[in-house]
Amino acid sequence: MKNLICIVCPNGCHLQVDETTLNITGAKCARGLTFAHDEMTNPKRTLTSSVRTAMPGYPVVSVRTSGDIPKAVIPQLMDLLRSITVRAYLPSGSIVLENVLGTGVNIITTTAMIKETK
Amino acid sequence: MENYKIVVIGGGPAGLAAATTASEHGASVLLIEREGRLGGILKQCIHDGFGVTRFKNKLSGPEYAEREIARFQKTTAEVSLLTFVTKVEEKEEGFILTLVSRDGLRQVLAKKLILATGCRERTAKQVAIQGTNPSGVLTAGAAQYYINILGKMPTKTCVILGSGDIGLIMARRITLEGGKVEGVYEVKPTPSGLTRNLVQCLNDFDIPLYLSHTVTRVFGNDRLEGVEVAAVDEKMQPIKGTERYVPCDALILSVGLIPENEMAQSLNVPLNPKTKGPFADQTLMTLHPNIYSCGNALHVSDLADFVSETGETAGLKAALEVKTEPRQLIALSIDSNLGYIVPSHIDIKQDLKSVIFYIRSIRDFENVTLYMTVDGKEAFKKRFAHMKPPEMERFVADLSSFSDIHEITVRLEEKK
Repeated sequence: MKNLICIVCPNGCHLQVDETTLNITGAKCARGLTFAHDEMTNPKRTLTSSVRTAMPGYPVVSVRTSGDIPKAVIPQLMDLLRSITVRAYLPSGSIVLENVLGTGVNIITTTAMIKETK
Repeated sequence: MENYKIVVIGGGPAGLAAATTASEHGASVLLIEREGRLGGILKQCIHDGFGVTRFKNKLSGPEYAEREIARFQKTTAEVSLLTFVTKVEEKEEGFILTLVSRDGLRQVLAKKLILATGCRERTAKQVAIQGTNPSGVLTAGAAQYYINILGKMPTKTCVILGSGDIGLIMARRITLEGGKVEGVYEVKPTPSGLTRNLVQCLNDFDIPLYLSHTVTRVFGNDRLEGVEVAAVDEKMQPIKGTERYVPCDALILSVGLIPENEMAQSLNVPLNPKTKGPFADQTLMTLHPNIYSCGNALHVSDLADFVSETGETAGLKAALEVKTEPRQLIALSIDSNLGYIVPSHIDIKQDLKSVIFYIRSIRDFENVTLYMTVDGKEAFKKRFAHMKPPEMERFVADLSSFSDIHEITVRLEEKK
């Protein structure tokens, strides 16, 4: 038995996983089952970070992965994020990198950049 | 003078929800925000996990704020950005607020006030650390602002004191951005932050958490050069001989949040020593008539969803044209297992159906049952598998079947 704590939502369910059968107990919802299964086979995370912009009022803009990515690619992805610069006032949800590192996941902005009138 | 039924102070999630809800229920509303953008602290909380209850979706802070702002902008409520309230006077006709903005000075009249002023971080001055006064000692929220808004790294190698959620989230953020977090030191024997943050912020990045440890001294003149850490005993006093020197250029503090109630205090609104926010009844009206409190100014929540919910309650109740005087307030009495309960009071003249309560336990419990009794009769009961101080619990109780209430008690019973 392996004990995991679900991180999908703030409930933080205490899950017990049978390492051979991958039978899961302790989850209050179905997302906990998916989390525990992934955690045992291919741990995934949502990455949130920021990228530089060239636009006044926004030294950086917040971004995240559009879905979960394998934990192992996070350092490589951070390097990639450091290499790009946003050059427009983008609405939130704008894709700044497509299908990163072949994961099928996009990098999207999470802040609505608004050109401010002085 | 402009005249509003309700003026909401603070444009974070609580104030936005209060202003939106009040406006949707027909009240004329002015929302006052000191910054140039709405959203409050959510703007810099770029991590995800927001809105799981409210939007059934795992959002980042700015995305959560954007949804709330969009809802607000659909209403007829007015907003005044880059605006400070410098004075509030209570007169027969209502509250006269003096506002300062780029347009200059102006006064507005409000029948009711909703205080949604959020909370502040405890600073170095509020924790006893010996030594010099170098730069590099900053709160987790300040580090978060530098990195997520200004795009500047405030540290190469740091020590984090306190295991509050923002500290844990910043431990991960600093590590991702190439900084080193030597360790997180928590004076208490149990972590202060949510379990999920311990897992995904510390464990994922092999950042050590030292429980029952604290920072005892800082070194460095212009810039921090290092800190002394030590183990503490049960009384949280440093144990001689356990001191260790850690070289670092920043000490990041995540040692607690305190509701911001400077304005409430200037209006003589009585504060609850347990929450540091105002005492309030189920309408979230404070003990001062026509002043409401919501969000982190009322009590520090661990989820934005709860902050929005109290904003909605305050906005709705303030907008409704129900007679609020005279009030008949019953103070809830809680047992020693409970840290606090919000609302602290029940006005038995107001609606008693579907009263939303928020509680924190004083310590960790397993298999615990919460009982609410009204004049000796059981009114509500709920079992919790786990309860711990960092994780607030919420429940809804219907007290409408009781009349002429004299006493309400709430207790936690552990199953033996």
